[in-house]
Amino acid sequence: MASALFFYLFAVLAVASGASVILTKNPVHAVLFLILAFFNAAGLFVLLQAEFLAMLLVIVYVGAVSVLFLFVVMMLDVDFAELKAGFIKNAKVGALIGGVVLVELIALFGYRGLALSPVMNPSAPIPANITNTRALGQILYTNYVYYFQGAGLILLVAMIGAIVLTLKHRQGVKRQSISAQVARGPATGLEVIKVPSGGSVIPPAVKHPEAAE
Amino acid sequence: MLDTLQTFMNDYGWNILALIGFSLLLLVVLLVIIAFLLLMDRKVWAAVQMRRGPNVVGPFGLLQSFADLLKFVLKEPIIPSGSDKVVFLLAPLATATCALASWAVIPVNENSWGKWVISDMNVGILYLLAISSLGVYGIVMGGWASNSKYPFMGALRSAAQMVSYEVSIGFVIISVLLCVGSLNVTDVVNAQKTGVGTTLGMTSSLLDWHWLPLFPMFVIFFISALAETNRPPFDLVEAESELVAGFMVEYSSTPYLLYMLGEYVSIVAMCAMTTILFLGGWLPPLDIWPLNAVPGLFWFLIKVVFVFFMFAMVKAMVPRYRYDQLMRLGWKVFLPLSLLMVVITAAVLQFGGFLS
Repeated sequence: MASALFFYLFAVLAVASGASVILTKNPVHAVLFLILAFFNAAGLFVLLQAEFLAMLLVIVYVGAVSVLFLFVVMMLDVDFAELKAGFIKNAKVGALIGGVVLVELIALFGYRGLALSPVMNPSAPIPANITNTRALGQILYTNYVYYFQGAGLILLVAMIGAIVLTLKHRQGVKRQSISAQVARGPATGLEVIKVPSGGSVIPPAVKHPEAAE
Repeated sequence: MLDTLQTFMNDYGWNILALIGFSLLLLVVLLVIIAFLLLMDRKVWAAVQMRRGPNVVGPFGLLQSFADLLKFVLKEPIIPSGSDKVVFLLAPLATATCALASWAVIPVNENSWGKWVISDMNVGILYLLAISSLGVYGIVMGGWASNSKYPFMGALRSAAQMVSYEVSIGFVIISVLLCVGSLNVTDVVNAQKTGVGTTLGMTSSLLDWHWLPLFPMFVIFFISALAETNRPPFDLVEAESELVAGFMVEYSSTPYLLYMLGEYVSIVAMCAMTTILFLGGWLPPLDIWPLNAVPGLFWFLIKVVFVFFMFAMVKAMVPRYRYDQLMRLGWKVFLPLSLLMVVITAAVLQFGGFLS
């Protein structure tokens, strides 16, 4: 009974915050609602006894991906009037796509029926006397290790691509070289000048390599 | 209705009541300890700078934290008119809640009564990692909702900083988990009963704990924990010489108090995590008679206070990093180093067969 209670709590909150993501006008609020939706999805995973997936969802999506979303969205300067004008202009295309998805959903539920049981698809049986994290690891890293490596390679290619597209080496920028700073000793960093009593010494112009530019 | 209630109480009720009772006990004890740790932080800092530190309220200033609490609560909360009010007030709450939530899986002792932990879940370490990565939201939300320049810059800095150091913390945790073979926090501590020392034929002692075989990871974890909790020398989020007080500029009264509380609770949680991962949790330093008769809770507290003392000393002694140096340290030094150590640890465990 309690699990049904929590299922409906998480499900209702997930759907409501999902709807709020597209209904709120403020993009930062939309991202915050998205985070709430992720949390509720994690709660649903816990109810399915997939606690490893729940934690991964929180670590990866909430802890890293959404932070970057928020980071970008916070710096946007959104003009709501312009946004609304764009909404009216694109409404026809949006209505068409939405209509197609609606027809598909009707077809799906017409085929499958409208049963609203909390557990339509109970989780696969967990092997006895090992935790499901270990079971997941054994399947992923033994049976499917090549697919796993392949997915890793694809991600690596995407990452290198993003770096290649955005990396620019600007010329004429002062950069810190920690090893050069640490290697600097009394011989190169210090100069002892004898000052005659009563006189003065005008030090020779210090040569900075970057000052010449 | 009454029957349903009765079956519900029989099925879940007493467990829930016990859970609430234990959680309240943990929170009260934790907050009282943190009040004194905060005082210790200030006293250590003062001693390094040859000052007296807080010494007026109560004997030796012992009640200073409680006086501060009363002062913050009784002040007027000021909410800037240009701010996003809901998010502005939600942000400190999020910080404090996330920080306190991490204590749900931290075990403080294990004896014949069982495990002294609120929730003994089998992915406890992942839960700790997940919750500690949520700390950034309180700061980012607060910085954005203040609708002011300095808080916003603080929020941007924290978003980049905390995400960077989570990566190396994750790798450190992975290498510890490789040695343990379980994601359960209690198992991590119990795995430290045997190790280098027992392999050499000694009785269980502090040489068995993970700090010795994984010493580089211990150092990386300690420094990353400083960065993750925005402690000096990595407190660029609230650097007073550049950003006034960073994300906390617009906060006053109880919301400010919640920020401070959340910060210190997560610092102590990080100390507890260091204790559990590397310093043997509640295990005595030498498993012989007078030492192993002392309750494990005492050893746990001693170790947490020791790690907190190191945090305080670092705050007092090390100058603040510049932002590009911080990023360099995180991405160019710690990330390759911790990745390499994960590979080395895995190789040693696979082919070496010692260091279990």
